[in-house]
Amino acid sequence: MRDFVYHRPATLDEARRLAFGEGAMLLAGGQTLLRDMKRGRHSPESLVDVTGLVPGRIESRDGAVVIGAGATHAEVAGSALLRERLPVLAALAGHIGDPAVRHRGTLGGALAANEPAGDYPSACLALGATVHTTEREVVATEFFAGHCRTVLEPGEIVTAVTFPAVRQAAWVKFLNPAARYAMVGVFAALAADGSPRVAVTGARVDGAFRWREAEAALTAAFVAGGLRDIHLPPDGLLEDLFADAAYRGHLAGVLARRAVALAAGPAPGVMVLSHGSRAGTDIRQ
Amino acid sequence: MPEVSMTVNGRAVRGAVEWRALLVDFLREGLGLTGTHVGCDTTQCGACIVHVNGLAVKSCTMLALQCEGAAVTTIEGLAPPGAPLHPMQAAFRECHALQCGYCTSGMVMMALDIVRRLGEPDEATIREELKGNICRCTGYHNIVRAIAAGARVMTAGYK
Amino acid sequence: MDGQSGHSSPPLSWRADGRKGAAIGRPAPRLEDERLLRGGGRYVSDLIATSGPLRVKVLRSPHAHARLLAVDATEARTLPGVAAVLTAGDLAGVGDLPCDWVAPGMDVVPLHPVLARDRIRYAGEPVAAVAAETAVAAEDALAAITVACEKLPPVADQEAATGEGAPRLHDAVPDNIAFRFRRAGGDVARAFAEADVVIRRRLTNNRVTAAPLEGRAVLSDFDAGTGRLTHHTSSQLPHAHARSLAECLGLPLHKLRLVAPDIGGGFGAKLGFYAEDVICALLSMRTGRPCAWAEGRGESFFATTHGRDQIQYAELAARRDGRITGLRTRIIADIGAYAMGMGPGVPAINTGTSTTGQYQIPNVETEVIGVYTNRTPTGPYRGAGHPEATFLIERMVDELARELACDPAEVRRVNFVRSSDMPHKLPTGFTLDSGDYAANMDAALALAGYAELRQWQARLRAEGRYPGVGLATFSEGSGAAPSIAMGAIGFRRAGHESARVVVHADGRATVFCGTQSTGQGHTTSLAQIAAGVFGIALDDVEVVEGDTQAVPFGTGTFNSRSITIGGSAVYEAARRVMDKVRKIAAWKLQRRTRDLIYENGTFRPVAHPGAVVAIAHSVRKVAQKVLPVVFRRRSGFELPAPQRDAGAVTFADVAREAHLGHDLPLGMAPGLDETCFFDPKDILFDYGAHVAVVEVDAGTGHVALLRHVVVDDCGRIINPLLADGQVHGGAAQGIGQALMEAVVHGSGGEPLVSSFSDYAMPHATDLPAFETGHTEIRTRMNPLGARGVGEGATIGATPAVVNAVLDALAPLGVTDIPLPMTPMRVWQAIKRARDEQNLERGDDA
Repeated sequence: MRDFVYHRPATLDEARRLAFGEGAMLLAGGQTLLRDMKRGRHSPESLVDVTGLVPGRIESRDGAVVIGAGATHAEVAGSALLRERLPVLAALAGHIGDPAVRHRGTLGGALAANEPAGDYPSACLALGATVHTTEREVVATEFFAGHCRTVLEPGEIVTAVTFPAVRQAAWVKFLNPAARYAMVGVFAALAADGSPRVAVTGARVDGAFRWREAEAALTAAFVAGGLRDIHLPPDGLLEDLFADAAYRGHLAGVLARRAVALAAGPAPGVMVLSHGSRAGTDIRQ
Repeated sequence: MPEVSMTVNGRAVRGAVEWRALLVDFLREGLGLTGTHVGCDTTQCGACIVHVNGLAVKSCTMLALQCEGAAVTTIEGLAPPGAPLHPMQAAFRECHALQCGYCTSGMVMMALDIVRRLGEPDEATIREELKGNICRCTGYHNIVRAIAAGARVMTAGYK
Repeated sequence: MDGQSGHSSPPLSWRADGRKGAAIGRPAPRLEDERLLRGGGRYVSDLIATSGPLRVKVLRSPHAHARLLAVDATEARTLPGVAAVLTAGDLAGVGDLPCDWVAPGMDVVPLHPVLARDRIRYAGEPVAAVAAETAVAAEDALAAITVACEKLPPVADQEAATGEGAPRLHDAVPDNIAFRFRRAGGDVARAFAEADVVIRRRLTNNRVTAAPLEGRAVLSDFDAGTGRLTHHTSSQLPHAHARSLAECLGLPLHKLRLVAPDIGGGFGAKLGFYAEDVICALLSMRTGRPCAWAEGRGESFFATTHGRDQIQYAELAARRDGRITGLRTRIIADIGAYAMGMGPGVPAINTGTSTTGQYQIPNVETEVIGVYTNRTPTGPYRGAGHPEATFLIERMVDELARELACDPAEVRRVNFVRSSDMPHKLPTGFTLDSGDYAANMDAALALAGYAELRQWQARLRAEGRYPGVGLATFSEGSGAAPSIAMGAIGFRRAGHESARVVVHADGRATVFCGTQSTGQGHTTSLAQIAAGVFGIALDDVEVVEGDTQAVPFGTGTFNSRSITIGGSAVYEAARRVMDKVRKIAAWKLQRRTRDLIYENGTFRPVAHPGAVVAIAHSVRKVAQKVLPVVFRRRSGFELPAPQRDAGAVTFADVAREAHLGHDLPLGMAPGLDETCFFDPKDILFDYGAHVAVVEVDAGTGHVALLRHVVVDDCGRIINPLLADGQVHGGAAQGIGQALMEAVVHGSGGEPLVSSFSDYAMPHATDLPAFETGHTEIRTRMNPLGARGVGEGATIGATPAVVNAVLDALAPLGVTDIPLPMTPMRVWQAIKRARDEQNLERGDDA
């Protein structure tokens, strides 16, 4: 890693000031940032550690669930409140990375990183979440802004995310056998107002997005049959050693159908496929 | 160069570190605790897993400075020299859960974390919980057996 | 010390081991584990971390093929903290890297420089090296080195290499063909002409990398005062690498100590002799400081030899009754940019002579063509050539079964070489020593519940699912090899293995062996052999490997030879020590050796010796009365009264006596110290059968591994825990190759894989619990009766899983899926088959 200065400010205000500086990057759990810095993808002049400054509380508010951006994936996965109110999200968090990574990685950090195959971004989009920062509130559909980018301004820090209640929800992802993030992941939800939402991650370089065509096909009824024969057209889809555009586009359709089917079933409604593993093989509609 | 203070295996330590020093570098080179290993550069293999404030973390993806004031436990801290092996270590030995030994400290530290959180998980769960630990020698078969056996002994002790 | 030992009936001490609780055959937990579990392992990188050497970094070419015009390190040499920089120009007098296995017919061995001289031939090839105070300073210096080169068109795969107008990698090799190795027997033309069925396939065996969790690492320390080099390196062949290092640097061997401390996995990747060893040694000689290099994971994907990578054209001729009458194969093996280490011999000899597998195929023609390409050199990887051959024949046999609508187990059974026909000389040259393939396969089928599996499969198929059952059998020539044969096949190393067994004055023993464990547990298994012969506790035996100063002779660990050859050497040496121990015990108890019983570490005379004994007894008594008298007269001293009346003598008593020499049999030299070189008479064969059970998700191409059954025959098992561990780990790697592992290069020869985020290996979730069993037919080729177990499971696992997936998808008309069978490739095969058959897609969600 290139050298940098490391700051551990005592207050959020101090963190914002430091983060505003030239070449400064925010450090939360570091599972994405430090890994990328080791590979030479980032070379910040300074790191501003926000650990402990951003709350990680998980609470209920006006029928929605509010998760502090400082909550680790392990804390989200283990939250009794979430397991009761939004079990799909707890389970999604419980399948990010691995247990050691989950002890460090945070919701805020994951959203700010907006990795192309990030799990949380697709959940936020499908659940109609609202992102709270030190400056403002932004709905999920406006928060993510392209490849590894968000609308966050320099010095702006994510503080919490509000997840409204939904009628049904499910999350299905098929792991890339090497990197073990989503080759394709689909989060499907039936919102409180009855509108369907389908968010896909891992398919495009810009990251998670709402699949409008799939949502249109589900308007009549939120059933897997409505997505028969659907697939993402190959143009613009990511290609790597394990999935070319055609396969990715096809996977998106298959996983979307399975997510919708899973959403109608018992909680938590999460299926993770890993090549070789028998887990997730019992669910076939 | 900044200084960092923490407790490692119950002992207060203090050292000068570069800003960019990783926790694993501080443990291995700063403190000579070479039982924790580095096996990859993408935070995947788990050979570097230690406990920080009671939680299993990948020490290759933490800055030493992030551990200021923390309590760190490495493989060397499980059983003092001369004292018998920790039950999980003993289980690994009895079950032949290590061959070259390079992934072993990370496996044992993760195993302890698994038991702390889940008590006596079944085989499928143990395999899931090892997602962040790569072994190239054992095919995981005996590691899974050892963790189940170690979990039994550890949870029996708390009954 | 002598050469090979023949053996006939088990000697007396062997029978003493046969009792229950004896060391050999016991599932003893390992002696080395306590230390490793406490974090006390000493891998080379640990020595580096705690000793403060100069850090070495290597500048590697990003281009696959280029003319190297200039390397300018002027600025780099001046940077702070930089102690030395090496480019090719600084290597005058330094030898090139050797090829240790020159395949027969390989007329030219291209030069392989330590640092590229005028040409770069693979992306990752070392171009320069820096030694500096810190790793960061070394990296900064690398960045300051400027390299001028002119890119050349690369040869990106082995079929393109021999094509018209292909770029030439080595001037002396115009067609990029490193060797052609041919083997033929019988009348192949006739067999094909008369065949009822002929099957022709083009198969590919993918390029993979061993990826041991510990990368390669070197710590080299030259002492100018004594001229001694102490060289720590993560190596599977300490003695061979010491020789190579000495040759490259012109160092006398008696001044070189090479140490392989704890090694974190090898799997064949640490058999090659690499540039970094020469570089670190040289830098230490020039700077006067210890110099250390540790491979980064990213680096490992192009700096360390890859495995496999063959394109195989196979033709099989058979009769309608299932009997295979002919096999013709043409195999194009990618050697990579250089003939390195054991590289060429692996496909030539190992693949070239094992294409017939376990089967009686009288008419065989094999041609293996080794080809240079602009990619990282290939070398041995667990199985080394045998997995490729086994994959070929096991795929073809399944193809035959499909063609004949016959059960794959039955087609195999009809074609096995029968145990009554052993020893059986293969048309390709080697001789199968012994074995019962049918019984072994039947044991695997029984363990798997094969008949029930086929019923289960039928049930699931009726539900529209895709379950598959796959078989594979294998036979691996192991325990390389008689030294004379090694020479004949172009191997630059020995075939024997040596062991020295010493018993100390307190009855404890040290075993020195030329093998090198990289996780196989020799500290325990070799100790078990010695402890078994001596009848002492396992804890009382220490094994020393991996230090050329402590162990002067050795060949090393590869081809599953450590127990068969190394263990046999240990056994023979221990047996000779034990013979001497018996003689001393007999002397003390005034008995013949055959009149002693040895139990629980103690020698006792048998109750009723016969008349002959009584006479010998008297003769001895007289001698023992005369000796003190003579001694007193000569010297004026009294001999101490011998303790003859104990009625029992312990192993430790004998050991003490052997060291003191106060009262040894007349004419016997003191000491308990024997060295044995075990040179096998021939290679032998370990074999086995795998059954893999899968279910394929047609919508996604996902494969679930439901069960994996292995019954192998490794002959006599020294430690069942360790043997099964080798089966588990070996199978995992074979499965990895089948489903997900691949080193991939772009069309420009550039590596597309540089981390575990690109290179997929099985995790715990991806593998089932293995079901293992063993048949045991002890070979006569060594006194232990052992066949070796380190590689067999890798060899059998890949084709078993491949056959299972193809079996699952046979109803869809899928006939082939290129390796590795990633989800995408499985789905593409399904899609292709469906498109071809215009099938209704159905609800495959």
